[in-house]
Amino acid sequence: MSGLFPFHGGLKTVRHKTESNQQPIRWSALPHRLTVPLRQHIGAIAKPLARAGERVLKGQMIGQPDGYISAAIHAPTSGKVIAVEQQPVPHPSGLPDWCVVIESDGEERWVERQAVDYRRLHPSEVRNRLRSAGVVGLGGAAFPSAVKLNPSGHAEALETLILNGAECEPWITCDDRIMRERAAEIIAGLHVIAHLLEPREVLIGIEDDKPEAIAAMVAACAGTGFAVRPVPTRYPSGSVKQLVKLLTAKETPVDGLPVDVGVQCFNVGTAYTIYRAIEFGEPVISRTVTITGHVNQPQNLEVLLGTPFSELIAQSGGYRDGVERLIMGGPMMGFAVHDDGVPVTKATNCLLAASAAELAPLRPVMPCIRCGACVDACPANLLPQQLYWHARAKEFDKAQDYHLFSCIECGCCSYVCPSHLPLVQYYRYAKNEIWAQEKEKQKAELARQRHQARLERLEREKQERDAKLRQKRPRHARWRWKTRLTKPSRPIAPRRLRPRPNQRLKLASGAIESPCTLKR
Amino acid sequence: MWVAVIALGVLAGASGLMLGFAAVRLRVEGDPVVEKIDAILPQTQCGQCGFAGCRPYAEAIAAGEADINQCPPGGETGIVALAELLGRDPKPLNPENGAEKPKMVAVIDERNCIGCTLCIQACPVDAILGAAKHMHTVIAKECTGCELCIAPCPVDCIYMTPIAQTIANWKWTYPLADTGARGSVEQAAA
Repeated sequence: MSGLFPFHGGLKTVRHKTESNQQPIRWSALPHRLTVPLRQHIGAIAKPLARAGERVLKGQMIGQPDGYISAAIHAPTSGKVIAVEQQPVPHPSGLPDWCVVIESDGEERWVERQAVDYRRLHPSEVRNRLRSAGVVGLGGAAFPSAVKLNPSGHAEALETLILNGAECEPWITCDDRIMRERAAEIIAGLHVIAHLLEPREVLIGIEDDKPEAIAAMVAACAGTGFAVRPVPTRYPSGSVKQLVKLLTAKETPVDGLPVDVGVQCFNVGTAYTIYRAIEFGEPVISRTVTITGHVNQPQNLEVLLGTPFSELIAQSGGYRDGVERLIMGGPMMGFAVHDDGVPVTKATNCLLAASAAELAPLRPVMPCIRCGACVDACPANLLPQQLYWHARAKEFDKAQDYHLFSCIECGCCSYVCPSHLPLVQYYRYAKNEIWAQEKEKQKAELARQRHQARLERLEREKQERDAKLRQKRPRHARWRWKTRLTKPSRPIAPRRLRPRPNQRLKLASGAIESPCTLKR
Repeated sequence: MWVAVIALGVLAGASGLMLGFAAVRLRVEGDPVVEKIDAILPQTQCGQCGFAGCRPYAEAIAAGEADINQCPPGGETGIVALAELLGRDPKPLNPENGAEKPKMVAVIDERNCIGCTLCIQACPVDAILGAAKHMHTVIAKECTGCELCIAPCPVDCIYMTPIAQTIANWKWTYPLADTGARGSVEQAAA
């Protein structure tokens, strides 16, 4: 019954897992200063609750979720808020974003924590707790978990719940280590998820290059009915849609989500934070980060969110000679940071110090020869070379006809391309341009409506004015005619010309304050 | 022969009735081409095209009274889209109407504003908030960057600033590494 259904394409990549997965996870040292970004998740930026000068406790909420798709942010340690300001954050642009800067007092005083029995609470109450605990997907996308845990809106019952422990990217081992060390806690978190979603079956997908993690998870699953499914080591088996296909044979529709075919997927790290949030009332204030590559002691650290990358590098023995870039995430999907002083966020799963040996050598870009290697490698079943032509020619509508938005940016096509074309860069560029055009269109539509409303208002006002004038004029004329008839000898001064003191005052003050006199 | 005459007469009458009915019941309100042109125009309502807003310009294009290259905010992309819609050849932007510029928003220097309301009256999308003898301010989200508020200001306290780049509006740029192979790739594409 436990058959696997391989997805199309994919790659056998180098692994480089043993560098960092040999030692247990250590707690990183408490930094002096923490820079906690208010946008660590997909969705709206959190609203800051703390102000400069205020004292905060460890685990105190400092950013409130703003809207349905948003997540709370908490103080990772106790101390004083120095500033709420724009600071550099880990982002491919290198642009700053809003952060709460906290100076730690070293006391680690916790805010009051409250454990709950999730079985006695209403599911919406459990979801609210997870939402205010700031639980997001820790696989890298950081999507708010409470949204995914809400089964309403999907009429059919959930068929399969998948726990994602595949960790397919080279170099990254944080999920491997937490599965080895915290299997029981992960399973406890999985029970909470299963309680909320009530799936028919629960599968745990782990790549078969992690035998220790598989053994630990199998042991922890004993007697629970959850099934551990080792999957072949093939990048990108950890990508949601590919893992769903691999374990259930279900294809996620274009423009759809796995939940549309009755499957929901969570990362092992997320299950662990759900367990901490429910059983201990602890919000998400730390995460496991792999520090690897060209550093002296590659390892996994449990890191407080907001810790600068440079401190983690220092605690891992510092850079070895020849480091060219510091990459957040793996070598396939990660991005180089502009500055190693940026802080760890909920999406930071790995820091890879890359030297020339880890980076793909810079080779001249050659023309596409239409060899089709990218088509064979694409795990999303796309035609990467067609997408490339259209993205390159800025024919975005045609790129969309070839399902540009089904691209998961895994990098398989660029990896196999014999002409070394930066294919994924073209797709990212095209996606961004399409989103920007979409936004422009919405803005134009808004402007059109506002302009229309203004024209209608001006027209209405004009009509009202005319109507008033029309009302006045005939009566006035009739009166004048009558008076002329009855008392023709008396001269009539129109009422509005009769001098009135207050009226003159108005005119005078108007002339003084008239803008024309003030100009130059 | 009578049969043929009657049959054709009845057919003609029936078709006439059908056409008449269709002309009344299925009448298209307004000109659909104008709608399509208007949808392509950027709705800045700046009047740089020489018309009082985007809609009148769209109507003029549809009527053949204006050319498709008179809209600086729409830029090259807009001209190409219009050319495609109307089946014409794209042409460069008419320099008489202005030049393509990056998107800007108006900002009022609130210390110098005297509350004259002239800019409020000039704003085509009601994006300026204020009252007589009270400070005015621009609702940046609604501002189209048309610059129509600049000229009426008696104290010159309105200026244009480029839209700041943030993480929310940042974009990946066009890959540059590919320039070496351009000629041959284009030949291959052709």
